[in-house]
Amino acid sequence: MEFSIFSVISAVLYLLLGPFIGGLLAGIDRKITARMQGRFGPPILQPFYDVGKLLEKEAVTVNKGQDFYVMACLIFMIITGTLFFFGENLLLVIFMLTTSALFLVIGAFSSASPYSQIGAERELLQMMSYEPMVLLMAVGLYMVNGTFRVSEIVSHGPLSLKLLIGIFIGYLFILTIKFRKSPFDLSLSHHAHQELVAGLKTEFSGRTLAALEVAHWYENVFLLGFLFLFFANGTWYMAVIGVVVCLIAYFLEIFIDNVYARMKWQFTLKSSWLVTLVFGGVNVLMLYFLKAFSLIGN
Amino acid sequence: MSYITKSPWVIHYDGSSCNGCDIEVLACLTPMYDVERFGIINTGNPKHADVFLVTGSINEQNISVVKQIYEQMPEPKVVVAIGICATSGGVFRECYNIKGGVDTVIPVDVYVPGCAARPEAIIDGVVKGLGVLAEKKAAMKEKAIAVLDTEAEAPAPEPPIEIQVYGSTEPREHGGAHDASTPGKGEA
Ligand code: SF4
Repeated sequence: MEFSIFSVISAVLYLLLGPFIGGLLAGIDRKITARMQGRFGPPILQPFYDVGKLLEKEAVTVNKGQDFYVMACLIFMIITGTLFFFGENLLLVIFMLTTSALFLVIGAFSSASPYSQIGAERELLQMMSYEPMVLLMAVGLYMVNGTFRVSEIVSHGPLSLKLLIGIFIGYLFILTIKFRKSPFDLSLSHHAHQELVAGLKTEFSGRTLAALEVAHWYENVFLLGFLFLFFANGTWYMAVIGVVVCLIAYFLEIFIDNVYARMKWQFTLKSSWLVTLVFGGVNVLMLYFLKAFSLIGN
Repeated sequence: MSYITKSPWVIHYDGSSCNGCDIEVLACLTPMYDVERFGIINTGNPKHADVFLVTGSINEQNISVVKQIYEQMPEPKVVVAIGICATSGGVFRECYNIKGGVDTVIPVDVYVPGCAARPEAIIDGVVKGLGVLAEKKAAMKEKAIAVLDTEAEAPAPEPPIEIQVYGSTEPREHGGAHDASTPGKGEA
């Protein structure tokens, strides 16, 4: 197992700067959203004020377990991102991501509130929708690069995008679910929604809600990092292009969020599986044939 | 500095408003007034809220509801009574089912009179409420320190919270509602 100074630096940078970049992205999101709706919008730093405020509030929880679960969600999210930026195995990263999401669901299930319960169920539906695509991504990246290790994919893999264009499109699709944007924000949304669409966080308040928010910041940075992986081939100009594409993708998600109404969960599940099958599945199949006829390496 | 003044999340409850004030509250959220400029978000969840906006007067059936919402909000919190109905009962105060203004049930920090209260006045009232929020936050801190400080002394008295008044808070006579002697009621 190789151990490079570069991995350590990027992991530490993620740990320290992750929430700042994530929070800033969230602030920019809210500003752009407001402008799209013809409003002036909050200050860019508003997400930080919100979290600061939540930390100042009185601590109210419905049960002891809940706080623990949400904290676990945050910690596993941090581990996910840190492993990723450290250049670890992609499969390990994905399992950590799932663990983090599961802790959030358990946290919501731990209270008897009906909104919380429905929110947790809808979150599970969301997970069902995006998980297959995430796994196919790992498969695709492995077939192209011959390794699951992020550090090797980034440093000397071929340009993954060329052969993984279908999986790339599929990932963009599920990114809408992961970013909790309309039309797929089933269980939680960043806008001022209530009841069903904010079901998951109904019973979280104060510090717990702040932890959830910070977990989202970490998660968003990690997800954009994942997107970057498609462009990484070890050259600096592709790195620049990758970062630019990440920002464009983020803007695209905000745009989609503002032009679509929320869909039913049935649509979310069906459409994401369809996209996974058509774009992801066909892409993987194509890679398989290319390999069988030795048109590509590995 | 306290973040609480920069991110006040509000919860809106319609007591027995005629919907005039409700619409004005909602108007504050529209692009025209856009209260999100101040970080104000309309939540539907008392556990996330810092500011409790009540429109309309309190009637016999929603006393427990208002109390419950108030109690579910974590400290520090403020209550803003919007419209003359919420302030004193307004035109409905003589009704058989009306208890009176919001302050007959829970402590109110800011009164925003008007029928209907204008969006500008509502925003002004919420911003006044932010001052109260900051004071309450400071009081919370002092209380926590006082508790930690010493057990020998008697518990420190709660620092008085100055109530910011928007409009008049003259004590109002509470007439009508349950008063059998009110003329025009119970006759016939
Ligand atoms: S103050 Fe006027 S507008 Fe507001 S609820 Fe009362 S009657 Fe309606």
